[in-house]
Amino acid sequence: MSAAEAGLTYPGRGAGLRDVYRNRFLLKLLVMKEIKVRYRGSALGLLWSYLKPGLQFAVFYVALGLFLNVQGSTPNYPIYLFAGIVLVNFFTEALGNSTRSIISNRDLIRKIYLPRELFPVASVWVSAVHFLPQVVILLIVCFFNGWSPSIWQLLAVVAAFAMVSVLAVGLGLFFGAVNVYFRDSENLVDLLVMMVTWASPVLYLWSQVEHVLGRFFWVYQLNPMTIAVQIFHWSFWTPTLNQTQAAAPAAALVPGLVPFWLPVGAVISLLVLVIGQITFSRLSTKFAQEL
Amino acid sequence: MSVQEVSISTAITVENVRKEFVLRHTRSLKEALVWLLRGRRGDLSKKFDALKNVSLHVGQGETVALLGLNGSGKSTLLKLISGVLQPDSGSVRTRGRVAGLIEVGAGFHHDLSGRDNVYLNGAILGMTESQIDTMFDSIVEFSEIGEFIDTEVKFYSSGMYVRLAFSIAVHTDPEVFLIDEILAVGDEPFQRKCIAKIKELGAAGKTLFVVSHDLDLVATVCERAVLLEHGQVIMDGEVHDVVTELRRRSAES
Repeated sequence: MSAAEAGLTYPGRGAGLRDVYRNRFLLKLLVMKEIKVRYRGSALGLLWSYLKPGLQFAVFYVALGLFLNVQGSTPNYPIYLFAGIVLVNFFTEALGNSTRSIISNRDLIRKIYLPRELFPVASVWVSAVHFLPQVVILLIVCFFNGWSPSIWQLLAVVAAFAMVSVLAVGLGLFFGAVNVYFRDSENLVDLLVMMVTWASPVLYLWSQVEHVLGRFFWVYQLNPMTIAVQIFHWSFWTPTLNQTQAAAPAAALVPGLVPFWLPVGAVISLLVLVIGQITFSRLSTKFAQEL
Repeated sequence: MSVQEVSISTAITVENVRKEFVLRHTRSLKEALVWLLRGRRGDLSKKFDALKNVSLHVGQGETVALLGLNGSGKSTLLKLISGVLQPDSGSVRTRGRVAGLIEVGAGFHHDLSGRDNVYLNGAILGMTESQIDTMFDSIVEFSEIGEFIDTEVKFYSSGMYVRLAFSIAVHTDPEVFLIDEILAVGDEPFQRKCIAKIKELGAAGKTLFVVSHDLDLVATVCERAVLLEHGQVIMDGEVHDVVTELRRRSAES
């Protein structure tokens, strides 16, 4: 290479997620754009983000807690349910939107080069912003029920949330890229999203699954969402129980949840992220002409 | 090699580039599977070459026009240089940030204010936060938007819209400035202002790479021109000579 050519770069060959970090100002603007656009022209604005989960909990409380009276088998069942649902809401919204993010930004991607990973990552961030009000509602409900968690329970929740975010980015990169070539990807994700609620102990107890699966229970337990939901229960729901309720079998933890299963889930999520990034990098070179 | 040549470093280098487009017929997994199961019978797609074996070198500070009739591959080459597309073979390399007046306004969002769009679009074109902060007043002044900067862009007239988009683009200050159709924008006074700005950039030693059908204008902005036909470079030289050749060829056809 001659001296005149030193310092030349190949345009349009990105460094993957590292480019997203380098362009974090643009990422911030993309996230803010989504949030502003979502509440444009609405009188209540961001208040809607609090009203929706608030109402959702009220419905759970009345319908399940009072009418169905599931309280007998699972104490504080509305909190149990809500703690899992908010996490599932975050994950499904993040996955659904990041899968569609490349297609819905096709006008930009076809015309200007910018690191394409920005779009799925921005979608996950937007979902995280929507997740926040739901957590606020959850915290309010928990406080009213005598919630006093340990520092470990709080740290575990943060770790579980981070793990789910990594999983969502990984799957979002994968399905978002594949969606450019085969629109079936969207429908497949819709299917997955539908199953997530049932594939994790959101509505039922994990012990009921163990009862059925027996020695194959570990397969069920490998799902990072299952691990994260169990941690959310441990941190939000368990501290609201009184002593006799907490000692009952319904409140028992999966053995080794935090010391063993959390790291396992984290490794699986990181693996998914790596696979997602590799697939995305391979496919993204032809996004502009395939869209 | 003369002393002068040594001191000029390359801004854009395109070597033996081929770009092929696939006109895909199918968009679903089912059709692709059926095609595979039938032993790949029939054509799932049609291909054509948009660029064949194109090589081009632009030194820093050169002002180059890319000329050719519709379908000659000009836009494809511009997209390869900007990084939107990747070549199928050969290589494209550039020095520093490449941006400019291509697809002006592509990153605009109708529901955001002019101010928000300046930041969003500036960042999309590769500006940093502090660069946009410093340039902001200058961008608004150049666009002549004035007090409407805090109004949502969907209420802008088409002229205002284009002026703001253009103003952001000319303020991005990249090392290599790509320009696609200079005169597609605004009324005459604004056009004159834009052309003056572009000439100013050229005089200041920026590398300009211009695609335009306005041959007279291109001849005043650029010094060198490259003529493309059916995806191949057929002439590369002084701008007036190339313009004369293109006119001769279009008169023949």
